Amino acid sequence: MDKPVNQKAWFLVLPVLVLVAFSAVIPLMTVVNYSVQDTFGNNVFFWHGIGWFQEVLTSPRVHGAFGRQLLFSAIVLAIQIPLGVAIALCMPRRGIWVSVCLVLMALPLLIPWNVVGTIWQILGRSDIGLLGRALDAMGISFNYARNPLHAWIIVVVMDVWHWTSLVALLAYAGLRSIPQAYYQAAEIDQASRWKVFRYIELPKMRGVLLIAVLLRFMDSFMIYTEPFVVTGGGPGSATSFLSIDLVKMALGQFDLGPAAAFSLLYFLVILLVSWVFYTVMTTIDRAEG
Amino acid sequence: MAATTETYAPAARTLALPRVNLRAVVMTLYLLFLLIPIYWLIKMSLQTNREILGAFTLWPQNPTLANYRVILTDPSWYMGYVNSITYVVINTVLSLAVALPAAYAFSRYRFLGDKHLFFWLLTNRMAPPAVFALPFFQLYSAVGLFDTHIAVALAHTLFNVPLAVWILEGFMRGVPREIDETAYIDGYSFPHFFVRIFMPLIASGIGVAAFFCFMFSWVELLLSRTLTAVNAQPIASIMTRTVSASGLDWGVLCAAGVLTIIPGALVIYFVRNYIAKGFALGRV
Repeated sequence: MDKPVNQKAWFLVLPVLVLVAFSAVIPLMTVVNYSVQDTFGNNVFFWHGIGWFQEVLTSPRVHGAFGRQLLFSAIVLAIQIPLGVAIALCMPRRGIWVSVCLVLMALPLLIPWNVVGTIWQILGRSDIGLLGRALDAMGISFNYARNPLHAWIIVVVMDVWHWTSLVALLAYAGLRSIPQAYYQAAEIDQASRWKVFRYIELPKMRGVLLIAVLLRFMDSFMIYTEPFVVTGGGPGSATSFLSIDLVKMALGQFDLGPAAAFSLLYFLVILLVSWVFYTVMTTIDRAEG
Repeated sequence: MAATTETYAPAARTLALPRVNLRAVVMTLYLLFLLIPIYWLIKMSLQTNREILGAFTLWPQNPTLANYRVILTDPSWYMGYVNSITYVVINTVLSLAVALPAAYAFSRYRFLGDKHLFFWLLTNRMAPPAVFALPFFQLYSAVGLFDTHIAVALAHTLFNVPLAVWILEGFMRGVPREIDETAYIDGYSFPHFFVRIFMPLIASGIGVAAFFCFMFSWVELLLSRTLTAVNAQPIASIMTRTVSASGLDWGVLCAAGVLTIIPGALVIYFVRNYIAKGFALGRV
């Protein structure tokens, strides 16, 4: 797997470089610019140093959003990863049911995010939604627009509905790559189902599960559209996660300085996780190649 | 020896039987959990608003296509689909066109800074759109592209180009390098080889990359909503605006939602075996 060195390959990469530089570097420089300047309006800016960063880092509002974000990501991962693995273990291995399951499971992944929000917004209403109505019939007056706990429940259930299939599909891909000989060997050893899972399936799925965890962490960490449609970040600010709060700050109130500083700090976290992701990917590539 | 097989085999059979059932039960429950919300959307799209707000029923009493008729005859609705498809197609073509040669370079050669570049692309795939919403708005306003399809298509390259490069690279590494070398010895020029021989070999990879570019551009709301006002307004944004209006027509909203699911549902069967690979950026 030794690739030859060829500096001319740069010419093949150049179009990507130009395009992504235009759509990523230039906007990011604007953000950097805003993060260190202040204005009194009329497009007159002056140097503000690290003032905005200090403000953002000590702002209770940002702390709140960050805390909610971490809690949300943690809950979502804690539900989706075990559930996804369980579903993958329950999937049929051959026959036409494989295709049926794959297609049906992939369906939520391909629905536009705002429609996902709309679906659950309707489903949770106690006047016209099935879920809200069912809970009402059980004597729980479910109201995600008023009750912060109910808002959290519906946002988490929605995310589980939306993304668990991704974990399941990745885990299933990992399971399918296990040679039949491993299972035969386990059968000869009379290994229990748990032992087969613990010592054969889990280690073999380690790589894909890492990818699944990182992908789910990243995507839940920047979730915007779905909770925005369902709860709009409310009630109060109970479900305003980082992205929702940032958009509110930048496009709603036009607080450019704090929003820019906030963006950069947010981006740093993403960068860190991306680096972990990249390391995992290249390690897996090397192990396979 | 015989005794052990005798005791072992029936034990396995009694264990295996309930296990199969349990798996099917779990799978069925999960699929029901996935499908009921979608069923509810379809059910409401077939009802009139009065029926929805009237007596609560589990299925439409008088199914009607009136909601779909509203959408397909009202330009302020159906233009949303036209706008969405326009920028999604521009974005997909653009992303694939630049990603193909780059993915080839990454899969075949080492060059100065290749690893850094590959990593940098990944960070853009992971970047939160919320960070870019405001600067994009200002950038495209400044160059006069605000509220055009091009603006949204370019903005979506932020995450779609890296995605396409990673997915295509994942597929290309599976093609043995001997094929390239043989073609060069046979006197093929690089462009000729790439289009005539290499691209057919990774046709499924290109299809998968195109599908994922299409999908991610289609499902995105924040950037497309920020960068458009009237002329290029995507369907997603029209839907959220309808939600915030007071006299809300649930039936039409649901019909609009159902119509946005159709493009994905139509092609999903063809990519079913690659969905995990696509979401995992060409790995797995």
